[in-house]
Amino acid sequence: MAGRVLDLDTPAWPDTYGTDAQPRVGFFTDTSVCIGCKACEVACKEWNKVPSDNQGFSGESYDNSGELGANRWRHVAFIEQRLPVGVEDGAPDDLVAEAARQNLVEEGLDPHRDEDGFRWLMSSDVCKHCTEAGCLDACPTGSLFRTEFGTVVVQEDICNGCGYCVVSCPFGVLDQREGDGRVWKCTLCYDRLQGDMEPACAQACPTDSIMFGELDELRERAAERVEVLHERGRGEARLYGEDPEDGVGGFGAFFLLLDEPETYRLPPAPVVPTRLAGSVWKAAGAAAVTMAAGIAAGFLGRRD
Amino acid sequence: MGTSFGRGGATTFQQDLQNSDCIVIMGSNMAECHPVGFQWVVEARERGAKVIHIDPRFTRTSALADLHVPIRAGSDIAFLGGIVNYILENGREFREYVQAYTNARTIVSDDFRDTEDLDGIFSGLDPESGEYERESWQYKGMEAAASAGERDMGEAEGEQAHGAHGGELEGGEPPHEDPTLEDPRCVFQLLKKHYRRYTPEMVERICGVPKETFLEVAEALCENSGRERTSAFAYAVGWTQHTVGVQYIRTAAIVQLLLGNIGRPGGGILALRGHASIQGSTDIPTLFNILPGYLPMPHAHGETGLDLYVERNAPPTGFWGNTKAYMVSLLKAWWGEAAQYENDFCFDYLPRIDEDHSHYRTVSDMQDNKLEGYFVMGENPAVGSSNSKLQRLALAKLKWLVVRDFSEIETATFWKDGPEIETGELKNEEIGTEVFLMPAAAHTEKDGSFTNTQRLLQWHHKAVEPEGDCRSELWFMYHLGRLVRRKLAGSTAERDRPILDLTWDYPTVGPDEEPDAEAVLAEIGGFDAEKEPLADYLPLRDDGSTTCGCWIYAGCYKGGTNQPAKRKPGGEQDWVAAEWAWAWPMNRRILYNRASADPDGKPWSERKRYVWWDAGEGEWTGADVPDFSPDKAPDYVPEEGAKAQEALRGDEPFIMQGDGRAWLYAPNGIVDGPFPTHYEPRESPFPNPLYKQRANPVRDEYDRPENPINPTDGEVGADAYPFVVTSYRLTEHHTAGGMSRTVPFLAELQPEFFCEVSPELARERGLEHGGWATILTARAAIEARVMVTERIKPLQVDGRNMHQVGLPYHWGDKGISTGDSANDLFAFVLDPNVHIQEVKAASCDIQPGRRPRGAERPKFVAEHLRRAREGA
Amino acid sequence: MSPREKFLVPREKPTTYYGRPIVKPPVWKPEIPFYFFFGGLAGASAVLAATATFARRPALARRAWAGAFVGVTVSPLLLIKDLGKPTRFLNMLRVFKITSPMNVGAWILLANGGATSLAAGLNLLDEDRRGGAPEVLAAALGAPLATYTAALVTHSAIPAWSEARTEMPFVFAASATASAAGAAMLTVPADEAEPARRLGIAAAIAEEGITAIMHKRLGALAESYEQGTAGKFQKAARACTAAGALAFAASDPGLIPKLGKRRRSALSMAGGALLLAGSVCKRWSVFKAGFQSAEDPTQVARTQRERMNGDRLHS
Repeated sequence: MAGRVLDLDTPAWPDTYGTDAQPRVGFFTDTSVCIGCKACEVACKEWNKVPSDNQGFSGESYDNSGELGANRWRHVAFIEQRLPVGVEDGAPDDLVAEAARQNLVEEGLDPHRDEDGFRWLMSSDVCKHCTEAGCLDACPTGSLFRTEFGTVVVQEDICNGCGYCVVSCPFGVLDQREGDGRVWKCTLCYDRLQGDMEPACAQACPTDSIMFGELDELRERAAERVEVLHERGRGEARLYGEDPEDGVGGFGAFFLLLDEPETYRLPPAPVVPTRLAGSVWKAAGAAAVTMAAGIAAGFLGRRD
Repeated sequence: MGTSFGRGGATTFQQDLQNSDCIVIMGSNMAECHPVGFQWVVEARERGAKVIHIDPRFTRTSALADLHVPIRAGSDIAFLGGIVNYILENGREFREYVQAYTNARTIVSDDFRDTEDLDGIFSGLDPESGEYERESWQYKGMEAAASAGERDMGEAEGEQAHGAHGGELEGGEPPHEDPTLEDPRCVFQLLKKHYRRYTPEMVERICGVPKETFLEVAEALCENSGRERTSAFAYAVGWTQHTVGVQYIRTAAIVQLLLGNIGRPGGGILALRGHASIQGSTDIPTLFNILPGYLPMPHAHGETGLDLYVERNAPPTGFWGNTKAYMVSLLKAWWGEAAQYENDFCFDYLPRIDEDHSHYRTVSDMQDNKLEGYFVMGENPAVGSSNSKLQRLALAKLKWLVVRDFSEIETATFWKDGPEIETGELKNEEIGTEVFLMPAAAHTEKDGSFTNTQRLLQWHHKAVEPEGDCRSELWFMYHLGRLVRRKLAGSTAERDRPILDLTWDYPTVGPDEEPDAEAVLAEIGGFDAEKEPLADYLPLRDDGSTTCGCWIYAGCYKGGTNQPAKRKPGGEQDWVAAEWAWAWPMNRRILYNRASADPDGKPWSERKRYVWWDAGEGEWTGADVPDFSPDKAPDYVPEEGAKAQEALRGDEPFIMQGDGRAWLYAPNGIVDGPFPTHYEPRESPFPNPLYKQRANPVRDEYDRPENPINPTDGEVGADAYPFVVTSYRLTEHHTAGGMSRTVPFLAELQPEFFCEVSPELARERGLEHGGWATILTARAAIEARVMVTERIKPLQVDGRNMHQVGLPYHWGDKGISTGDSANDLFAFVLDPNVHIQEVKAASCDIQPGRRPRGAERPKFVAEHLRRAREGA
Repeated sequence: MSPREKFLVPREKPTTYYGRPIVKPPVWKPEIPFYFFFGGLAGASAVLAATATFARRPALARRAWAGAFVGVTVSPLLLIKDLGKPTRFLNMLRVFKITSPMNVGAWILLANGGATSLAAGLNLLDEDRRGGAPEVLAAALGAPLATYTAALVTHSAIPAWSEARTEMPFVFAASATASAAGAAMLTVPADEAEPARRLGIAAAIAEEGITAIMHKRLGALAESYEQGTAGKFQKAARACTAAGALAFAASDPGLIPKLGKRRRSALSMAGGALLLAGSVCKRWSVFKAGFQSAEDPTQVARTQRERMNGDRLHS
């Protein structure tokens, strides 16, 4: 139902902006150089005055932040694992092998085998600012909108907390803020962009794991980076969200991952619900018609 | 490093790591604790460098390294000694560098005996004093310099040991040398002998590192050193916080000298300091035994005086040969017009030290009721110092305590709700200490500078006014001094003159009368005879015409400009970025960089060129300020009777040392041996397989009831504390937590104190992931949440399984995130050179569940110890 | 032996991040399943009422109009109460957005509210009303009201909802019809009740029948509807709906002639109540299934992996 878009264009950008349109910007997060320092989490909270949400000791490695949410717009994931089977082979798509490995890690099994090695994945997650954004499509008030930079932002003075965007995001990014009622998410530091600055998280990141810039440049850089890593024998490196042909038209904030998306709490093949709208409305319409006809039919026949 | 090279500071800067071909991070968790600097390691890796992380745990640094080597905490000297042995046995040393630039060729006294001869100790150990007498360690022909009579004048040690002054090498050249390095009494051969038994098998046995892995590291270093390639070491308190801490660094220094990596781009040793300005706090010291610029504090003895001081402390050669000029300039800065030639420039106004007055000595005396008052500024010993429980007990013995901080830290509240109040070991109504908590301004609320890990002074500007009564340290000390002087004004007593004669006339600004920090900087940077700001320390004179608050900082106010405030962006400069801030000395970024060129002044290779001799211009040139007399030709030979730096040859790069050479063998400046030796930590479940002498024979240890030591290997009850315990940091928190556990955005990232154990240890002790555990030593019991993780592995040490327990040390009972203090567990056991506590390796027990509360807690600890000692 | 063979037999479950959900559960509160119920009641009642008006069954028509009116009055209140910022409910009407079922629904609710109120008012005030445009409008807007809520839940990222998008509207439609019939039968005298009775039975059968088909087509995802709280509600729904249909059947004068009028009335009323209860439980089952589905990251992963591998026939 939603029109297919090419490359960087989104349904509302740049067209609706005319000459005011800015180059589309976003993030390329290269998790292969993330050191898990969480400077991004802190910088984001400080700049955007996001409330603190202390959840206590989680035991989930060094991740006490849990997941993205109304009070967590950058979230660093930590995954301790044995080197996956097949990593050296550069064959990342084998779900069976991944499951086998994860099985061992979770069970704390196997006497220690030095030759397997060990790794600790770290990754800073963020709102993907999708080309075809489920949250934006679902928002009934028009609070969520596409900015002149091609990013997706919630206008908090309009949002009435209906929560529909929450269930429409394939990545579980948005959530309702407790005590406030509205939904909050990463703005890609819209105010900083308008001030010609880069987002707080990108500025804070010490290893440049979070790269900010024009999306087409980032996509080029990412393609080169993956090639370099593959040449170095790191076949497990792959891009996630860079493909405009994917189920959300490509992400505005995409990633280089070192394992399957599920490992990072990411959907392997997300699709924006809007793509399925055709079948949704067809069925709803057919059911309505059927219901009306059925009820009418109930009045046919004998009258007593 | 002062002892080995001449200056106590990192030899290089973090940005230089990008030039390394191999980086070994050991005794450091660099990505965790220096995340911003770590970007240069990442950059190096991108350029093809091999990054090796040697650490008891797999940490955030290991995650980005090419190789992680799990090692037993406290066994690093064995590992590094193994590398020394590997280099020497396989002839992998950078021969020309070693011959020309180190003291490898020097012949040592015939009286010297090595640990190989005496089963773990060196010659000269005085059983009564428990200290070494170092005559036998001296170079042959120079034994007289370290006579007994001189020794009690207080020889330069620890931070004082820069250039290892303490009266040795006259004339610059040791009398006996063998350039072929064959003589069995030359340093090179003695070195070989000392480490002969540090074989790969021995490394495996002591460190728990499999042979193959050790060899991989050794080979990587050798492969990446020499003319064409360089390797770097990065270390932090994982090395220094041991009873043999200084020796750890000495071993690395030996490795790097043998491989020819010092003074070269991508080489060197990067000392990663523990916080933003620790380097600064030894440069302009808050330590008892040194004055600014590492001048030794004079000792209290019969005959004293400026010239005697200089004679005892300054070698005649090398830049320390100008000690008198540095000292006089300092005295002039402090006492101005009152300091004249006639009164030795007020040299007698300086306090004298008579013994160890370091932190732990002070606290021990405090517990013995010997102290009345205590200032604690920007420190939180109730959490951050070893045996933090004893720290808190001692605070209760003071008459008054002043704490300056911007949050209510545990040191200030020990008396009302500290752990000892709960246990009843301290009773609130019985504590006579009057506690003053003075609110402090944060770094954004004041002008000033930090001196960071790479000797870089960076200015920070006041961005906002401090709120309420918060004030900077500068304000506090200045006005405190002003008020004391006002109270003493008009006094005729001799003892008040040092305070009244001080130059204490800094301009103040603003409604709070904040002293002008730049004026202080200018005073530190110094002025020449024409009252012009110094461009470097060369114009300093001993006739009272120059002033300088810290000679190594001379030049930081060059041209009347605040050099540390320079902010030319990196993108507009070369990679050395000399116009960003200012490094000491003289804005040099890599020290000893003369060594990046061969004895003839040519770079060792094009790939590794850095500083070289331009014969046409008659000067040294290159990417950095040369760490050498700028116009001294490579073939310069000193004349008879030449002094100070003039006494050094054109091919002697280590200009602070008396002999111009780096020291593989340290005859002076170090109290526990000229060669680093593997000793077990004071508390260790393991014997020392190399020697009969188990632990450092001259370590600092405090034998007092509050400081009992765990029974260790060989003693009855050692198996009551069978695990190795180590402490460390997390990125999310900062030191004792006053600045991070009080901040919501940081507290939520690591909200609770936890311990890290391997799955095997968890199974053995019944520990549940996410549950609680109690960790015990002879001194204390603490509780922590349990993190079961494969990042800690059991190791095979000395033929048996060894478990390590890991503890981040940030927690105390104040703030948003609270918890027990890991430092309660550790003891007053210190390195004897710099008096740094051994908190990186000790022994412990761990049990599932939470610890007892109240009075039961100390009983529990005592009971465990009693049963252990009785062999139960 | 290849590296892969070194490991144990792999589990069925794919990898997760500490078992944390990939999508967020709804933030909707209990008002919402009741909203679905009242909306369905309103919509189906409007159609029933309009038909009854045109078919000259005034008693049935009046009751159905009353039911529809109750529905369109209560629905917006529930919807508004569920909002994070209820005072901003009018913001829904700032835009008309076809990509947002919630927005479209708000407009349907508004339009239907007006039309139904008008038609209901006219019919309640004038017993002999013959029916005209208002009734047609109310019916035409009522049908979508009953089924758009299915579009609302299935137009989402929650797998057990999204994958049920073909069947769900029919389930809702049937459930709405059953509830409308049930509401009418609560008070309608047995004589005029015949269409309602027939519709109630047919709708009950359709409701459970299509539910069964829906669960079958969902495959593994059906566990979200069959287990936990959702499963309990589903069982309750089936029981109530079946019992209601049986009660309706029993109240048919043609079926068990021996039963007296009073008994048959009682059965009708009971049946009506049961169908209403069943419809409520059905909406609660669907509601809770969404939470359960969202909580399970493996559902998202599996569904998408299957689609990647071409296993999922659903488009």
